Amino acid sequence: MQELLNAVVELMEDEALALTKEYMEKGKSANEVFDVYKAALAEIGARFEKKEYFVPELILSGELIKAGSEIIKPYLTTGENSSGKPKLGKALIATVEGDIHDIGKNIAGMMMDIAGLEVMDLGVDVATDKIVNEAISWQPDIIGLSGLLTLAYDPMKMVVEGLKKEGLRDKIKVIIGGGQTDEHVRKYVGADIFATDAMVNVTFAQQVLGGR
Amino acid sequence: MADNSQLLAERKKRYFDCVELKKPDRVPIAPLAEFFPARLKNYTVKEVMYNHDLMSEAWLYYHEKYQPDQSQNPFRLRGFGPLLETLDFQHLKWAGHGLPDNMAYQFVELELLKVEEYDHFINDMSDFMLRRYIPRVCKSLAAFEKLPPFSAQFSYFWGLFWPTAFLDPEVAKAVESVREAALAGAKLLAAGRELEGKYQAAGFPPSSGGYTQAPFDTLSDVLRGTKGLMLDMRRCPDKIMAACEKILPLMINAALGAAKASGCPITFIPLHKCMDTFMSQAQFEKFYWPHFQELLQELCRNGLYPWVLVEGNCDNRLNSFRNVPEGKIVWHIEGSNLRKAKEAFRGVSCIRGNLPVSVLVMGSPDDVRAECKKILDLMKDDGGFIFDTGVNIGDARFENVDAMFDYVREHGVY
Repeated sequence: MQELLNAVVELMEDEALALTKEYMEKGKSANEVFDVYKAALAEIGARFEKKEYFVPELILSGELIKAGSEIIKPYLTTGENSSGKPKLGKALIATVEGDIHDIGKNIAGMMMDIAGLEVMDLGVDVATDKIVNEAISWQPDIIGLSGLLTLAYDPMKMVVEGLKKEGLRDKIKVIIGGGQTDEHVRKYVGADIFATDAMVNVTFAQQVLGGR
Repeated sequence: MADNSQLLAERKKRYFDCVELKKPDRVPIAPLAEFFPARLKNYTVKEVMYNHDLMSEAWLYYHEKYQPDQSQNPFRLRGFGPLLETLDFQHLKWAGHGLPDNMAYQFVELELLKVEEYDHFINDMSDFMLRRYIPRVCKSLAAFEKLPPFSAQFSYFWGLFWPTAFLDPEVAKAVESVREAALAGAKLLAAGRELEGKYQAAGFPPSSGGYTQAPFDTLSDVLRGTKGLMLDMRRCPDKIMAACEKILPLMINAALGAAKASGCPITFIPLHKCMDTFMSQAQFEKFYWPHFQELLQELCRNGLYPWVLVEGNCDNRLNSFRNVPEGKIVWHIEGSNLRKAKEAFRGVSCIRGNLPVSVLVMGSPDDVRAECKKILDLMKDDGGFIFDTGVNIGDARFENVDAMFDYVREHGVY
């Protein structure tokens, strides 16, 4: 299946999908094929980290795995479990109230997913209460708050205050991300780190969750 | 009382001295104001977007209070509430239309040119714009999608019957919307001209006389969408190049036409999609830079002075950006490293920037002064520098904006 791995990593869509179809029709295990995709995604993530791949490649790999999954899905038998490693932890992500931008958030979510986190994405313009309530019920290890605009600062701060009020702040790491975030904003919001690049999230997540 | 025509001339000279890398009397300052003037007068965003009188009053008040070295005319880009509404414009969410009354408008990502429509766009752009793009982006003109292609209306006899298409009730209604939009647009432009006259009388030269974009950004922002174009970079790179080739002359003409109409040779060009993290250097050099460089060269050749807002971090692009005509372009740095920009543009271009807006929004006046000092210490030198914020001051605290203007005016003197 090295051929499939290469095709996915090199983002050769037609070849990768044709091979996937061929493997499934020949009766290969759906999980094994799916694991090849996961391994390929890990390599794509590594290339992104090494600045060999950029956003176009990440977006394309996201599309490719979606298309690949569609081919594999009908062959998955119920009860069959993926042989993947246990998840590193849980990350809840959202673009905060008032801000409708989602490109950065989506890339950050995808990179955390590749890095082995279970990611729940609440979407854009998400009310503070909704984020805090999800934090209570889903118990994430990390909350990633995204926002492109300066108007996002206050809603980010309100989420952190909401977490404090619920006694959750010490249990959850808070990352803020977006073009207008910096150290000033991090302090104001009361977040643990700020990120203007998707890899910052991943490195941070691996640091705080890896040792558990 | 100050002689305002002299003030106007002084301010123009101050700016162009910087552009031409000469030493002015002091560092000019003219931050992007966005809706800050409305907040100063306690008007909501919605009020000024819809009421031209309130907008003029607030913006004049802002200019008189802070005395920036260039004026900003908000009408085309901020005062368009009635026009957006008439057109049922889909590319923005704005106060009262998807956003609260006191929030600045936000851009909505759309894919208005579908990947399979590249050839239509490239081969018959006007037809695509009239019958596909406009109906999609302006919902009240959606019926234009039903029009027959005008390119097929050859005479002498079968071309006689194209007007019947306008009998369709929905098309007729869309034509009525065009008329309403024309009236709203004309009112808006008239208000803009009136304010421009007041600015000039008060001694404030315009910050720009026109707007254009890098062809790649136009293709990404308003046609393919960010995601669509990123996929195209791998899937159909040739289509991107062909489309940008078609877009380039439009971008050039947009700037030349606006400069001629306004009498101001400064063209504002914000860069949206060329950040270091968005694409590789090889992709930048292939897809973004060639058409953008040609745009800059062509504008300079025609006597214009591009003011380029380099959004995000573009440290890796600076070495390309420096290959432009000397003493013509202002590079407005947002998130790139100012020290690297200084190195890259030495002897080539004026730099503008880049007080982090986070300090203005959340810091104290002391924090603001400390940041201003850092920037002036690094950049003041022997000219070629204009003080500005990284992005707009829309959400800045009043006392911090006071501190910024006061500090730069006092310490920016040569």
